[in-house]
Amino acid sequence: MALLEIKNLHVKVDGKQILNGLNLTVEAGQVAAIMGPNGSGKSTLAHVLAGKDDYEVTDGQVLFAGESLIGMPPDERAAKGLFLAFQYPIEIPGVATMTFLRTALNAQRKKRGQEELSAPDFNRRAFDAAGKLGIDRDMLRRGVNVGFSGGEKKRNEVLQMALLEPKLAVLDETDSGLDIDALKVVSEGVNRLRSPERSFVVITHYQRLLDYIVPDVVHVLSRGRIVRTGGKELALELEDKGYAQYTEEMAS
Amino acid sequence: MNADVRPIKTAAETALSTAFASAKGRLPGATTLRESAFKRFETAGLPHRRVEEWKYTDLRAFMRDAKPLASPPDAAAKARAKNAGAAFAAVEGRRIVLVDGAFVPELSDLAGLEAGLTIRSLAQALTSGDAAVTERLGKVVPTDNVAVALNTAFMGDGVVIEVAERAALTRPLHLVFFNAGGAPASVFTRSLAVVGKGARAMLIESHEGVAGSDYQINTALEIVVGDEAHVDHVKITGEGAGTLHVSSLMAAVGAHARFNEFLFTTAAAVVRNQLFVHFKGEGTVAGIRGATLLQRRQHADTTLVIDHTAVGCISREVFKSVLDGESRGVFQGKIIVQPKAQKTDGKMSAHALLLSDDAESDSKPELEIFADDVQCGHGSTAGALDDDLLFYLKARGIPAKEAEALMIQAFVGEAIDGIEHAGLRDVLIDQVAAWLKTRE
Repeated sequence: MALLEIKNLHVKVDGKQILNGLNLTVEAGQVAAIMGPNGSGKSTLAHVLAGKDDYEVTDGQVLFAGESLIGMPPDERAAKGLFLAFQYPIEIPGVATMTFLRTALNAQRKKRGQEELSAPDFNRRAFDAAGKLGIDRDMLRRGVNVGFSGGEKKRNEVLQMALLEPKLAVLDETDSGLDIDALKVVSEGVNRLRSPERSFVVITHYQRLLDYIVPDVVHVLSRGRIVRTGGKELALELEDKGYAQYTEEMAS
Repeated sequence: MNADVRPIKTAAETALSTAFASAKGRLPGATTLRESAFKRFETAGLPHRRVEEWKYTDLRAFMRDAKPLASPPDAAAKARAKNAGAAFAAVEGRRIVLVDGAFVPELSDLAGLEAGLTIRSLAQALTSGDAAVTERLGKVVPTDNVAVALNTAFMGDGVVIEVAERAALTRPLHLVFFNAGGAPASVFTRSLAVVGKGARAMLIESHEGVAGSDYQINTALEIVVGDEAHVDHVKITGEGAGTLHVSSLMAAVGAHARFNEFLFTTAAAVVRNQLFVHFKGEGTVAGIRGATLLQRRQHADTTLVIDHTAVGCISREVFKSVLDGESRGVFQGKIIVQPKAQKTDGKMSAHALLLSDDAESDSKPELEIFADDVQCGHGSTAGALDDDLLFYLKARGIPAKEAEALMIQAFVGEAIDGIEHAGLRDVLIDQVAAWLKTRE
């Protein structure tokens, strides 16, 4: 069974139709790239999956492990194994990263009927996962993302993903604002998490990220719909020819 | 200025006049001081919304009547006070207990006072005409504030604390003001703390009472911070929901001193915390902070008058309020920089977090600067929790209510972090968490 099934999804934001009958299937363990020009609806798709308010689903279905996500609060989606890596991770002054991570992990465990992790158990996991991403302990004691560079914020997103162990991770333009070294660190972090039980939706404008996180399938999103699906070579073709053919096709 | 023509007194004003006439004979000492203070009250009446400093806290409207003066606590009242202040046990302060406004030595920890520390009853000092007290009382930071005048007229008891030059107290002094909650009553306490040159003292003041008590509290504290002294004062207002609480702090701070003030308010029906701080000597560093958490129809007002008269003092004011239900938070902060106070560095901020559409925040920062080489600024905000922040937390699996709690704790944490005593910081953080659990 597919892990994620989106059928004929229509979404409005501020009264404007952004997604127009989007169909997408992501199999368990699959890494699916979604590429598209600016304004095609990439970030809207990411936020709708995570459950942000202000995104009005006017038609269609979103099934996650066979269960409808529409109307489900974001925290419940997270507990069921959905994770969104934000394009612009938020700074939360006054909430230490460690506190945030532990609160999140234990809230999810509680909702799944698992026992909460003790502080020492949690600390061991967090320090171990942070170490692999080159995040030092001092950063974990600071407020979430406060004073972090762009690269540090993205690494922090991957750290959260590593600790929360989602079934499906949606990466919203994780490459934006990253230099090549940071991109490598973040990609390696993501690749370590690849497994037959975990799927990824990698949303990006540029092919570059897909050199590091090699997808199983590439979808092209334009004007709120998937207009083409292919293998990883499709990303190279887009890099070469650009998005013009898709936007023109739609316009005609 | 001509006195207002006020032919009609309110019921509360009449009751206060009657109470003063009948009580002045048995109030302890300071007869002349009381008489002139009462005259000040009679001329002005209870302050109301057309008096600028009381614009948002109309005391005349809040005081429908004046409660009778509290009787001295009986054995049962004292028994109820036995565990008062227990929430602060971790701080290991020296407990000094006042029940219904009366200093109760047998409930207080007066054994083995550190060298240079004396603690005694204000009532006794006034009765015996103790010059060390009468010469200072009302003169630490002179003010014609009517609430202070009422306190001076009716002050029944309180404590006089003296810390000798260079003495460094190892334990905080914890003044526990407990309302035993029998019949409705008004309580007037006045305390004086004189901290000598180069001395170190921490003063915690917690106000609590049995739930449902119908009390009117008027409490005042005068603090003299000597040159090079380091004084921390933390006041926690946590009385029952029926309480009207008016508090005045007058602090005169010497040269090269450190003075940290913190006001933590979660309870009582109506609270007015007024602070009059006078920087008299150069090179002093002060932090004046507070956190207020209100719900239902609670009303709390923080009014500061910070007067810089000396060169090169640094003051930081950070106030945070969290307003739920139909509550109302008021902040009035005035920083005055006198012509001589060059190189003053003053920054004041007041931020309110509105958790409901019916809560209200009123903020009035004022700078009066008469010197030309100063750095002063203020900022004031009021707003709801940031939706994007909340979404980030929820997207990580944190339920909405818990996400809000985390944000609120972070918001007030910025002020609480200014408290130097780690143990007390933890107690207040716990109290914020407890408050969050009481949200409806």
